[in-house]
Amino acid sequence: MQSGINAGDIILELSYLIAAILFVIGLKLLSHPESAKRGNLWAASGMVLAMITTLLLHRDEAGAGIGLSNIILIVIVIAIGTVTGTVIARKVKMTAMPQLVSFYNATGGAASALVALMEFSNPENSSTLVTLLGLIIGSIAFSGSMIAYGKLDGKVGDIFAPVMKYLNLFLLAVMIGVFAYMLIAINIPQWFIYVLLTIALVYGVTFVLPIGGADMPVVISLLNSFTGIAAAMAGFIYQNQAMILGGILVGAAGTILTILMCEAMNRSLLNVIIGAFGGGGVAAGGVGETGNIKEISVNDAAVLLSYSRKVVIIPGYGLAAAQAQHICSEMDNLLSGNGVEVKYAIHPVAGRMPGHMNVLLAEADVPYDKLVEMDDINPDMPKTDVAVIIGANDVVNPAALDDPGSPIYGMPIIKAYEAKNIIVMKRGMGKGYAAIENKLFYNDKTRMLFGNAKDSIQKLVTEIKGL
Amino acid sequence: MENILVFIYNNREPIFIIILSVFLGIEVISNVPSVLHTPLMSGANAISGVIIIGGIILLGHSDLTRFSANLVLGIFAVLFGTLNVAGGFVVTDRMLDMFKKKKK
Repeated sequence: MQSGINAGDIILELSYLIAAILFVIGLKLLSHPESAKRGNLWAASGMVLAMITTLLLHRDEAGAGIGLSNIILIVIVIAIGTVTGTVIARKVKMTAMPQLVSFYNATGGAASALVALMEFSNPENSSTLVTLLGLIIGSIAFSGSMIAYGKLDGKVGDIFAPVMKYLNLFLLAVMIGVFAYMLIAINIPQWFIYVLLTIALVYGVTFVLPIGGADMPVVISLLNSFTGIAAAMAGFIYQNQAMILGGILVGAAGTILTILMCEAMNRSLLNVIIGAFGGGGVAAGGVGETGNIKEISVNDAAVLLSYSRKVVIIPGYGLAAAQAQHICSEMDNLLSGNGVEVKYAIHPVAGRMPGHMNVLLAEADVPYDKLVEMDDINPDMPKTDVAVIIGANDVVNPAALDDPGSPIYGMPIIKAYEAKNIIVMKRGMGKGYAAIENKLFYNDKTRMLFGNAKDSIQKLVTEIKGL
Repeated sequence: MENILVFIYNNREPIFIIILSVFLGIEVISNVPSVLHTPLMSGANAISGVIIIGGIILLGHSDLTRFSANLVLGIFAVLFGTLNVAGGFVVTDRMLDMFKKKKK
């Protein structure tokens, strides 16, 4: 800004300050149930403010503002993006929420990568370090989130081949090598940036591909923090404090969520990324845990539930996959109407993204005071007449507590086995994601109700009504 | 080594902001109830769309009179950034609506 201070610059910088404050307040409000909706609006208004003032008041190094035709073009592009983004966000089914969050995360990563790519060839940009970091992190966030999106949508499968581990380490090493070379070397040919871009994009794909469904909550929050950090790197280029602060806030929030998810599984982040489930531990874990499986008829299950005092429902990904949340809520209402106390036990990593079960059940109008976190419900389990497990497996597997040979040993679980009766709704005798036996299914108190969760609960509802 | 020190000196302000923002982020987010994990992640995701500012700056100062790769990239940067911002905030709002209606 060679032409000295002018009113426009002051207003612009002030608006960035206000936007940054709105981001902080918004995020703070978002972390309390009563104020969350307001928080979201505050943060959004900060964003709109920063966008408008940038468009009207930003000046380049030579002091020239944004031309009218550029403004018109940008407004058109923003209008298209806003309409598209809003329509998708409004139309998509709530059960597709994890995919959608991943998709939007991918677009943010892509935008960061594109900005860094363009800034690299800008002679006035002197910070190669942050530009390259922004490019790498943004690209990984983009391609990784797209793969996560594909997986959650069932379009992309898991690849657990052991070779992936070595391929990933190799790609990571090459990427760091190229990155370091570009930092040190003078007069780097332009095409090097495309090499780096390609490696980062490929790495994002190969990094997420081997990560299994149960680990998705960790990966999604990790990629989320990547997008934030990539945006902050771009803020560094422009010396734009609102971008830096907003990006780093998201990066820190995403990292905390990632750590929370890892703790909920008692695994280190490295362990999740390298993907150690299903390795050598399987042979040792749950050996010979076979016994008699006892089935229950729909009629018996209905009677058992109706004449209980306290029922705890433990939902897992199976509930989401079968889209059984509405019928589950109907069963809950029916039982509650008969004087049964119904609660839901929510494991932090149940489902495919942090808080997945909460959103799913909220959609089905289950009041959130009925959703009880794992640590709060566990002391109540011995007093529970029936624990109903719907499409959950590893989060109730007692091997996590008492079998040191099990790959999930040490993971906190919901103590369903302490309930007086246990009903497990399951499609078949397939194993959970960790591919280990669950001896809960062979427990004397356990009765299995095989079938699609939605169909099973539907039949139960009919039976309970008929009692 | 000297380069690094010079870099740190030249960029001391953003480095300050980054370090303080990390602590602020941790402080603001800690003790979130698990009910809000998804909306919080989704809302934070929308905030990371702040990269749109970079897109606007780039596209704003690019030469519209001739066609260039950067022009196309700039348009996509703004488009993707907007998708992130608009989609992110709207979807968060929709999630929170579901939580809200049960309070009554």
